[in-house]
This record gives sequence, C-alpha cells and structure tokens, in this order.
Amino acid sequence: MYMNALPPVIDIRNLTVPLPLGGDRRNAVEDVSFSASQGEIVCVVGESGSGKSVTAQTIMGLMPKTFARPSGAIMFNGEDLLQASPQRMRALRGAEIGMIFQEPMTALNPVHTIGAQIDEVLRTHLSLSPAERFARVVKAMEEVGLPDPHRLYHTYPHQLSGGQRQRVLIAAALILEPRLLIADEPTTALDVTTQAQILKQIRDLQRSRGMGVLFITHDIGVVAEIADRVIVMKSGKVVESGITSSILTAPEADYTRMLIAAVPTLEAARPPEPALGPLALTVKDIAKTYNVRSGIGGTREVVALKPTSLTLRRGETVGVIGESGSGKSTLARCITRLIEPTAGEAQMPDGSGKPLRRRLQIVFQDPYRSLNPRRTVGQSIIEGPMNFGVSKAAAWEKARELMALVGLDPAALNRYPHQFSGGQRQRISIARALAMEPEILVADEAVSALDVSVQAQVLKLIDDVQKRFNLAILFITHDLRVAAQICDRILVMHRGELVEEGSVRAVFASPSHDYTRRLLDSIPGRQAAATA
Amino acid sequence: MTLLSPQLAGDEPRSPIFDLISQAVRNPSVMIGGSIVAAIVIMALAAPLLGTVDPVRIDPGMRLKLPSDLAWFGTDLFGRDVYSRVVYGARSSLIVGLTVAVTAITFGVLIGLVAGYFRSMDIVVMRVMDGLMAIPTFLLAIALVSLTRASVGTVIVALTIPEIPRVVRLVRSVVLTVREEPYVEAAISIGTPTPLILVRHIMPSTIAPLLVLGSYICASAILVEAALSFLGTGLPPEIPSWGNMISEGRTFFQVAPRLVFLPSLFLALTVLGINLLGDGLRDTLDPRIAKRM
Repeated sequence: MYMNALPPVIDIRNLTVPLPLGGDRRNAVEDVSFSASQGEIVCVVGESGSGKSVTAQTIMGLMPKTFARPSGAIMFNGEDLLQASPQRMRALRGAEIGMIFQEPMTALNPVHTIGAQIDEVLRTHLSLSPAERFARVVKAMEEVGLPDPHRLYHTYPHQLSGGQRQRVLIAAALILEPRLLIADEPTTALDVTTQAQILKQIRDLQRSRGMGVLFITHDIGVVAEIADRVIVMKSGKVVESGITSSILTAPEADYTRMLIAAVPTLEAARPPEPALGPLALTVKDIAKTYNVRSGIGGTREVVALKPTSLTLRRGETVGVIGESGSGKSTLARCITRLIEPTAGEAQMPDGSGKPLRRRLQIVFQDPYRSLNPRRTVGQSIIEGPMNFGVSKAAAWEKARELMALVGLDPAALNRYPHQFSGGQRQRISIARALAMEPEILVADEAVSALDVSVQAQVLKLIDDVQKRFNLAILFITHDLRVAAQICDRILVMHRGELVEEGSVRAVFASPSHDYTRRLLDSIPGRQAAATA
Repeated sequence: MTLLSPQLAGDEPRSPIFDLISQAVRNPSVMIGGSIVAAIVIMALAAPLLGTVDPVRIDPGMRLKLPSDLAWFGTDLFGRDVYSRVVYGARSSLIVGLTVAVTAITFGVLIGLVAGYFRSMDIVVMRVMDGLMAIPTFLLAIALVSLTRASVGTVIVALTIPEIPRVVRLVRSVVLTVREEPYVEAAISIGTPTPLILVRHIMPSTIAPLLVLGSYICASAILVEAALSFLGTGLPPEIPSWGNMISEGRTFFQVAPRLVFLPSLFLALTVLGINLLGDGLRDTLDPRIAKRM
C-alpha cells in the first residue's frame, strides 16, 4: 500500500456497518480499511449503493438510527471515534472535522442569514466577542472567494447561486481550521463550470492549510482532477486503492477498469457525415416568457427562452447542451407541448396524419418519478396505445415485444416500478415512449440520474432503437461527454439563447462562442485525460 | 442481448398500496381502534339479535326502574328500556358519522381535483370554500331545523357543508404536488385525456390522506350530532340517539345518573375508537399529513 511520510489524520480499520434487516445485503460497509494523511486528498469513488456515503456518515457519527453499531475502528488523532461519546463527537464536529454536503440549498437554513450560519460554528465552539466573530466570518468568506463579504453576510441562502451557497458551506466547515474535511459529493448538484471553480477552491484551501480531505464522488473525472489517492468501493467493499495516476492509467480490478471505461470521452463517436433521412421537425422562433408577480400588483417578464429555431431529421440525434437555467428544458417542453410557447411553433411535415402525441414522445430525467408508482409497468406501457384506440390485447402483446426489445423480461410487466432499479426503469420509460411508434424522441436528461456503467448501457439502447425505428432524437443534456457519445450535431444554449450550433467534431475542436469554450474547459479530468 | 430480470423485492408483484395496508394493520393504534369500531358496528348491525326490545315502546308502569333481569340497564322516565336504546343509538350515530364523512369526501374530492388541476378555477373555488368554512355548524343546524324540521337528513346536511372545505383543501394540496410529477407529464405526453389523468394518476395519491381525514370527520360528526341532539336541534326525539338520551336523562341526573353515563360511555368509546384508528392510519400511511391538516 502507498505509504505517506506524514502520519494519518484519519485511519479507518476494518470498518463494518451492518444494514438493517431486509436490506439487499448484510453489511452496508464491510471490512473497509483506509487512511488519509495531512495535506492529502483521498477520493472514495463508487456508484450508488457502494457504501461510500455510509462510510462518511459513520466517521461523523451521523448514521441513521436504524443502523446497528458498527465494528472496527476509526482512529482520528489517536482517538477511536466509534467509542467517542455523543458530547465528544459534537465537540469534534466542526472544530476538528469539517463536512460539506451534496445539496447546498437544503444544507443551509433558509430563515437565517448566511453570516449568522457561519457564525454559529464560532458561537458553538469558542467564546469570542461579537466583533471578533464578525471579523473571522468575513475573513473565512474572503478565503473561499465569496465576493463582497460585508454585504453577503446579511443575505439569505435563496439570494445566492448554487456555487456561492456551496462556498458558504465550505467557509462554515473550514472556519475553525479542522484537520480533516469530509466532502460528500459536494459538486454533484452544481453546473460544470461552477464545479470546476469549487474543485479548485477545495484544492487551494487544502494546500494552503495542509489538512486532510476525504472526498466522496461518483465521478471519475472529478477524481482525476483532485485526488492524490483513490479508494474504489463497490457493494460496501474496497475493491482497489492506490495513487491516482496509477489507478487511472493501470487499474487492476475489473470493476475499476469498467468504471473508467464507462466514462464517456469527448471524442465524437458518430461518423462525421451521417446518412440523414427526411425532415422530421422544424422549430421556428419558438420562445417562452413568464410573467412573474413582483411586489404589489406589478408583474415582471422573465424570458426563459429567446426565439430559437432548429431542424431535426429522421435518423439524426441533435444534442441540446446547457447548464441549469439555460432554457434547454423549456425548449424541450415547448416542442412537446407540455407547456405552451409564447411565440413561434414546432412543425412536423404532414404525412401519416397521426396526432402530435403519437409522433413525438419524451423520456424524462428522473427514473424514480416518471413512472406512476401505483400502476404496474405493463399498465404504464399500454396506456398510450389504448388512449388511441388500440385494443388491450394488442397493446399488451406490443408491450411484451417492447420489454424484450429494451432488454427486460416480458414476464415482469405485472410488476410495480419500485421492484426495478433506476436503469431498468429508464428502459421501461423508453418502452413506454416507443409503444406510441413515434417519429421523434425527446430525451430530457434521460441518462443524467444514472450511474456511469448503467448510463453507458442506456445510451447504447437509445442508439439501437434509433437505428431500428429510424428515429429523430432531440437529446437534452448538461453533460458534454454524453453528448459526444450519441449526438450528430449539438446546439449550445446559454441564458435562454442558442449560442452555438454545429457538428460534434466542429464544436469540440474549435468552439466559436466564449461560453462553449468555458464549458469545454470545465469538464473534470480533461487535463488529466489529455496528459495520461 | 440477455434479458434482465427485475430486482426481486418479493416473489409476487406487490402493489405499494398493499404494502401500506399490511403495515397499517400491524400498528397497535389501528388494531385497538379498529377493534372498538368493529365491535360498535357489529352491535349496531345486529341490534335486534342482542336481546333488545322495541327501543321506543313506552311503559308508564316501568318508569325509572333500576337495572334488573328484565331491563339490563334499567328504564328511563317513560319506562323505555335503556339497554335497547343504547344499542339502537349506535345506529343513529354511525349512520350520521359515516354519511357525513362519505358525502363530504365525495363532494370535496370532486371540487378539490378541479380546483387543484385547473388553475383558472382555483381562486374562485377556494374563495367559495373559505366562505363555507366560515359558517358555524351549530348556527347552520339551528337555522336548517327551524326552516324545515328536525330530521336525520337535516342534521347530515348541516354537518356536511362545513366539512367539505377541509376535504377540498387537503385534496387540492395533494393535487398541486402530484400534478408536477413527471409521471403525470408522461401521461399527458402519451395522450391520456385529462379526466383519466385525474382519476388514474392523481386521485390515488389522495386515498391515504383521505382515509385519515375521513375518520376524523366521522368522529367529529358523531360528537356534533350528539351535541345538537342534546340542544334539541338534532335528531327528532323519537329516534333513539345517544345525544337525545343524554339530553333527556339530564333532568334526572341526581336520581338516575346512569341515564347520562351509559350513553356517554358509548359515545366516548366510539369516538375514541375512530380517533385511534385515524391516528394509527395517519402514522403508517403518511406521517406528513399531520402537518398538512
């Protein structure tokens, strides 16, 4: 094992955390050992259900009460945290061990100013005068790069952006200069450009203070960006650990190799000159504005989507790329008529005479919410065709075919959504869309909620069904790597506006718009991948 | 391509509703409350088989007799058998309680679905509901009784109207959250007509909270009916009801306290049973409902 010259800040030895009865395995975490030293960033990487978050919660003593007592030892500074009293843990948390979480909105209290929330750490652990505390809070806010700390001190969480909120949490976690920072997916909920800034911030602070960082992530790109050492976890066990460069370039375990291989690269996967079918969709100057009530009686116009035009051909996949608030989902909803556009229209050439709902289908992002939990997946799939007069027997027969087509056992049609995994549910959603025999498929972040290995499978499925049914696909995503895998052309959106359009190769090789360049530069692990 | 089998959460396809119900049945409050309610319901249904006599037969020779083999709970001022009147009184209470709950929920669900789903209707409907909510139950009952005459129907109408807005508010709040769910949008995009979306995809989410609210409405209707009868604006005096019995027994409280205590005991037991059942259902079906109400 890799030996560090400095003594470990945290040393986890044979940690086993039993799962409550009825779980899918006996232990959430099983016989896990690793350590992190001062001045070192250790990444714990794994897919959902790997036990990485449970490990972090156990260190902090924040386990849900349903879990039984863990065995093993967590040595922090010569002290076993598993044996520490709740009072002792309270004293350690914040002062010696800082923690930041995934969701910066919910981790902050909406009814207190952010200054007061950072200040709370000082009030809890130290006895300082209000003036001293204010000075320290402002200094901490400056250190994490928050602009104008004197003003921001008095603002509320909802007035800040996601990235700023995460900076506030980092400031609160680091104000007492802990020896160890635990970061549980701190950038997962953030846009890619913001993520790049936050990662750099964590790296800089860690260097200047020489603290140990335990960084939990599912993203191999983030690992490449930030980690000194990597621990790969799967199903509660450590499958591999070592120095980042050697793990990324020469992984030993099959699982690690699969995890790295599943990360889409930025190279365009499709041929440069796709064989294009007839025109499937023409969108002309479609736009959406909302009237938001502001103050008493007055309304304010918010432009969600500026006039946007695009065309889509059969057999072609067009990616719409942008960060949150860029208007890409609004565009998808206007085209699918889930919301009414304020201006402009989406036209499909006449031909089959089928109604819009049969010709254009959508696959949603969240596989856990896009299927009605109270209906069997069979009922969900046959609902659409039956709405248009197909008999139940015929629709059911079609559903059986489609289940096999998306790689699921047709006998499972009688099951309920909660009996399937996320990737399987996304396959069911695709089957539901295909049951309508559409010409156009709109995929709204359809693979964003999935683990990378599952993501790769679902992308392949989408690719297969496109060839089979000669579908035109509008693929909405925030992830450039995914777009490179599946798209022929991409459109880049920024603040409700289409800023760049072109083939994947052209846009990635020579982005013309400033924002596209920034997006490309922010992809985690890009430099590492280029030099490796 | 190999076919993937779903993760098995059990060998059989299990509906989430089925899981919830089997969970609820194991809750102690549900078990105790449910048993009490079941016992009262059986008592009401099987009243003629439980050794009762005609609860309204007057026997002037048997006035205010103590409990005996002939009359287990004794007799009242008019010589009527108190035991028979208590047993038959359960019928009046349950009929009023259940009818009010079912009627209020039926109207409330219809109005709530419309108000929650069609945003243009919302403001109008909810202001009307606010108006209804402002009507005091007792005043409405007294007004209705003096306009028509005391009857079961009048009492039910008087108790139902102020309950409807509570159901509407609950249903509307559920609809407002569920209508944003992606599975509702998915149903729209596969062309499901709006009425079907409401019935198939949105209404099922209201069932669990409505079971809980319905039990509270039922319990409170039974209590208010007794109070109205006690005041003389409820059920007509010829119908044996617990409220009427308490009211009539009041004047002879010092001579024969059982005339008040016995119907009160059954009234309290019934309301307690229904409330326990409701609390237990609330705790197992949806812990968040408590806040919403």
